[in-house]
Formats: sequence, structure tokens, C-alpha cells
Amino acid sequence: MRGEQIEERSLTYAQALNEALREEMQRDARVILLGEDIGVWGGGGVFGVTKGLLEEFGAERVRDTPISEAGFTGAGLGAALAGLRPVVEFMYVDFSMLAMDQICNQAAKIRWMLGGDVSVPLVIRAQQGAGRGNGPQHSQSLEAWYAHTPGLKVVMPSTPYDAKGLLKTAIRDDNPVVFLEHKLLYGTRGPVPKEDYTIPFGQAAIVRQGRHVTCVALSYQVHKALEAADVLAEEGIELEIIDPRTLVPYDRETVARSIMKTGRLLVTHQAPERAGFAAEVVMCALEDAFDYFDAPPLRVCGKNVPIPYSLTLEAAAIPQTEDLVRAAKRLVEGVPLGGRRS
Amino acid sequence: MPIRPLVSYSIERVEVLREDGTVDEELMPSLSADEIQRLYEHMVLTRRFDERMFKLQRQGRLGTFARVTGQEGAQIGAVFALRPDDWLVPAFRENGALLWRGITMTQLLQYWSGDERGGAFPRALRTLPISIPVGTHLLHAVGIGWAMKEAGEDSAVLTFFGEGATSTGDFSEALNMAGVFQVPVVFFCQNNQYAISVPFTRQTAAPTVAQKALGYGIFGVQVDGNDVFAVYRATREALERARSGKEPTLIEAHTYRVTDHTTSDDARRYRSDEEVAAWLKRDPIERLAHYMRAQGFLDEAREAEIAAEADRKVAEAVEAFESIPPPEPEEIFRHVFAQKTRPLEEQEAALLARWERRR
Repeated sequence: MRGEQIEERSLTYAQALNEALREEMQRDARVILLGEDIGVWGGGGVFGVTKGLLEEFGAERVRDTPISEAGFTGAGLGAALAGLRPVVEFMYVDFSMLAMDQICNQAAKIRWMLGGDVSVPLVIRAQQGAGRGNGPQHSQSLEAWYAHTPGLKVVMPSTPYDAKGLLKTAIRDDNPVVFLEHKLLYGTRGPVPKEDYTIPFGQAAIVRQGRHVTCVALSYQVHKALEAADVLAEEGIELEIIDPRTLVPYDRETVARSIMKTGRLLVTHQAPERAGFAAEVVMCALEDAFDYFDAPPLRVCGKNVPIPYSLTLEAAAIPQTEDLVRAAKRLVEGVPLGGRRS
Repeated sequence: MPIRPLVSYSIERVEVLREDGTVDEELMPSLSADEIQRLYEHMVLTRRFDERMFKLQRQGRLGTFARVTGQEGAQIGAVFALRPDDWLVPAFRENGALLWRGITMTQLLQYWSGDERGGAFPRALRTLPISIPVGTHLLHAVGIGWAMKEAGEDSAVLTFFGEGATSTGDFSEALNMAGVFQVPVVFFCQNNQYAISVPFTRQTAAPTVAQKALGYGIFGVQVDGNDVFAVYRATREALERARSGKEPTLIEAHTYRVTDHTTSDDARRYRSDEEVAAWLKRDPIERLAHYMRAQGFLDEAREAEIAAEADRKVAEAVEAFESIPPPEPEEIFRHVFAQKTRPLEEQEAALLARWERRR
């Protein structure tokens, strides 16, 4: 799936996002950036995603804002209604709660309320996730909140390739898009083509093929699942890893097809298990492929606790590679590998 | 080292039209006889429409809505200063302002009857939808102003809200950002003294709304909100400042909500009849009529004619509104996204199939 027709060039996730922003700003003068410390601070935001853009596009298009999350989100929405294509950045997704009304009550609904005679080309970028010891108010994963709100699209790239292609799609989309990056992914490298490309929303990626257990993994957990797959492979258990890439719209067909092959489903994300997106993945799969299940589906998600500041405790609160390995083994216990249909 | 005053500011109040119908000639804005007639006619239309809507609501033909009666001077005086290429970002008590912008009475009736198709204002009117959450739309006004500035347009944004909204965080963020970004926005507060049951003195310890502008480094002024000339003058000046220097302004129109908050409460429970009676004497329409009579623009016959004409327009709109067929169920899926996603298409197909079976 990935790697084909890709020219040999490796970028970090942050560089890939940076390139997507730069290219879209070059392509379309209506694309503008708003956020805290995205410009003159020099680093290009806390994770360097907007680096160099102020120098290239100027302070009118790369706008450092006051510490005013509802303010710049609402202003971004207003600017979108008046014809610009703003990309607003939350330094941490946790801060997006300060703008919750503007995102969920305003941006998500205004097209519907205006009977469609308006476009809302607003991208809301945020980094989220645990694993850096950033503590309970800087480490959450809020994708389920946004996926629950009608009118928002929700994107969670796990690789540099996807990050660039999906961000370009988000910027060209005429709807509000919540674009959730993971703080542990910014430094990860991967192939990214030089030429312009986009990735359509609603198409999952089969990251690794396997016959025994379907593992739907969100964002950073894709990488944990890959580690688990290597461990499991030594024991003859094959994990098929699916990255939905976008939660809204969600590609349930790819997951259902995989379960028809494997008969087992494991879902993993860092967000707390209770009412997390994994529940949606499981329910869709049950609706679509109930007869194919050989074992009850399992979730390997965050504990239902705030993310601790202590690194030791943090590691205990979020799903680790061993947890995935253990869960996959449990799924294959009792039913011979290859399932009832082989 | 002595303690010395660092900055001092003052807040001005603008009044032009006295209660006896005379004006301060120096402050009187330049308005032709014809323009003054149009102001009056629109204020009367707004009042008559409001009264008819109230009856329709009591008959169960409309849902809850917020009346504008008593605030026509503030509202119409402000929008009268707008150009068609300016933007209007309303709150929820702006029926008079919306009518002036070209939204029809039929549409507004449709909206307040609980049919959102009535709130789908044509894009060309540069008017955002009715915003019922308090204060949230002020930020959209800032964003629109910013986009217009970026586009090099010389138009401006006028946004309405009440004094209750000044207690929200969004008010603060909007004024702050407008000041920092220097955007062409006029924040127009209709201080009608009550946010549902909470009086102005319980909303803020500040004696005026206008002075809140100072904290954000923008210009603020209070006007007599029942004085249509003062409102027009202050708004026109603010819009000019917005267009030429891209400077935001906060205008406080000091007025009074003579009716209940909406059709869902009873204001007699939280304020005295005497208070209301005192404000009724300051009625903005009557005050303007005083002036017009003295100028020879209005007599009894003309007054009756204008009222009858307004009633005729309202009756026509009510008739048109009542003949609108109800929306089709598939409407709910239509505008969630610019293009329907597959899950939405599936939900729609399932819903339509169920409706089909029921028929």
C-alpha cells in the first residue's frame, strides 16, 4: 500500500506536515495560519510544524495570536465564512476544550444552519497523546469527542506520508476538519514523495497484512501494533494492522473484509477505553461481519484515568506493546489459527 | 518617587434627539427628509411585525422568540448606517435589523416557527444566521473583519449583542483580538438592562459597557439607544473608522427591553411596573415621530397610512408563511457536509425506506 511509486526520500512527520502547509500556502493564497507561537518564536510551534513559514509568507498569513483558543478558532471560522481557508493550531489538543463551543456548536453546525449556502473550509490542527510525561492536562487523546459531533471530519495520521497527504486533503476540503497529530510521531521518519499528492478521506490503510488477527490501530498505536506484530510473528501469529486514518468518515468496509478473513478483532488507541472510538470500531464490525467472528472482540486502550505526570505511571495508563501481544494471544486461544473457515 | 497618574480616560455619551422631539443641531447627522421617513417607516414596520408575531406565538403558530419592541431606535439606527457590502452578524433579537438587510418577514416567521430553512439567509446578503448562544458570534465577526482586511476590502462588520454577552469569555476574546489584529468591526451592544431576569448591575460592577473597550485598547462610546439619530451618528462614525483605519469600536446603546426577555418568561416577576412605565415614556418611535411632526414630515393621516401599510405587509407575509409546506425528512442529511459522506448516505437511505413503508 505504502512505498509503491514513492521516490526515495525520507522526512519526519513534522517535516511532512510543514511541507503540506507550505505547498498549500503556495498553491492557494487564501490558506492562512493562526495559532499560538507559530511564527516569530522561530521554532515553528512547539514541534516545529510551522517552521520557516512566517519568513516565506509573512505575518499576515502566519498569524501569532493572543492566548485565546476560543478567540482564534471563532475568528478562524469567521474568516472561513468570508472566503479564507484558515488552518488553526492548538498547541495541545487539551486546550481545544477552551474552544469547544466554537468547534462543536459553531463550526460543525453553521453550514447546516445556513442551508448549505456557505463553505466552512477550516482546519483545526492539534497535537495530542501521551508518552512524553506532559501530565494530565497536556496528554489527552480527544478524537472520540470530535468524532461524536455531526459536521466535523476527524483525521489521525500515523506516518509522514499520511500526514502530508491527509493535511493537503483537509486544507482543500470545504468542511471543518479536526486534524489530530500525535506528539510522539513528530520525530518519526518515513518516505514522502516530492510530488503533489493527496489521500482521500474514508480510506483505511492496511499497514501490514496477516491472516489471524485484525488489529485496528489509531495514530501512535499503529507503531505499537507493528512492534507487537513482530513479536507475534515469532510465535506464528499474524496480525493484520489497519489504520483507519480518518474516523469521520470511517472506512468500515476495509475492517469488515479483514475480519471475514481473520475472524478476530483487536482495537487499540491511547484514549481511555470507556466510550472511546474502539467501541465504534467494534460495533461497526459486529454489524457488518457478526457471523465471521471466532472470538469476542477485544480493546487495548488507555485506562479510564487521567494521564499521570510520572513517566512510570504514564506507561501504566496507556496501552503498551506487551498488552497488544497478550490480547492477540488471547484471541487465538481456543480456536485453531486459520479459524473455522480454513 | 511620587505616585503619579499614568493614564486617564473618559467615556462619552452621545444624545441628539430630545424626548420632546427637538434635536441638538450641531450633533444632528446629515439625513434627508426622505431618509428620516424611511427610518420611521422601518421602525414602525418592525414594531407592527413584532406585535403580530407575539399574537401568533400566543396562538401557538410560532415558537419562542425574542421581541424587539422598544429597541427599534438602537437596532434600526445602527443598520441604517450599513452598506450592502458590509457584513451583519446578529444575535437573536434582531428581527428589525434583519428585515432592513433584506431578509423577508416570511423567512423570519418560518425560522421562528421552528423551520430552519427560514434561517438560511442568502449568501449575497452578507448576514450570518441568527445566533442564539450568547456572545459566541462576536468572534465570527472578528474573523470576517480580518478576512476582509486581508482581501483589501473597505467594508466593515457590524455585530449585535446584549449586555449579558459582555460577561462571556468570547466577548473578551473577541474585543481583545479585534484590538490586536486591528480589524474593521463595530461591536454594538444593546444594553437593554436585563439578561433574562438578571439586571445590568448584577452583570458587571462597571457602570457602563462602553468603558470595557478601554481594557482592550479600542474606542468605546455610549449612546442613548432610544435616540435613533444618536445611534445612527455613532454607528456611522464607527463604521467609517473601521473602513478607513480598520479600527474596531464598542458602542453601547443604552436602552430598555420593555417586553419580556422572550415569549417564555414573565418580566413582572423580576422588575417593577413603575420602572417599565418610565421607559415607555422614552419610546424611540414616538420620540422620532415628535421630531417629524415638528418638521412637517408627519401628520396624523400619514402616521395612520404608514401603520396601515406596515400591517398590510405583515399580513401578506403571514399568509405566505402559512402556505409553506413542511420540510422533507431527507433535509436533515443535506447540509451536514459539503458532500454527503457514505455513512450519511446509508443513514438517509434507511430513514427514507422506513418513511416509505409508513406511507
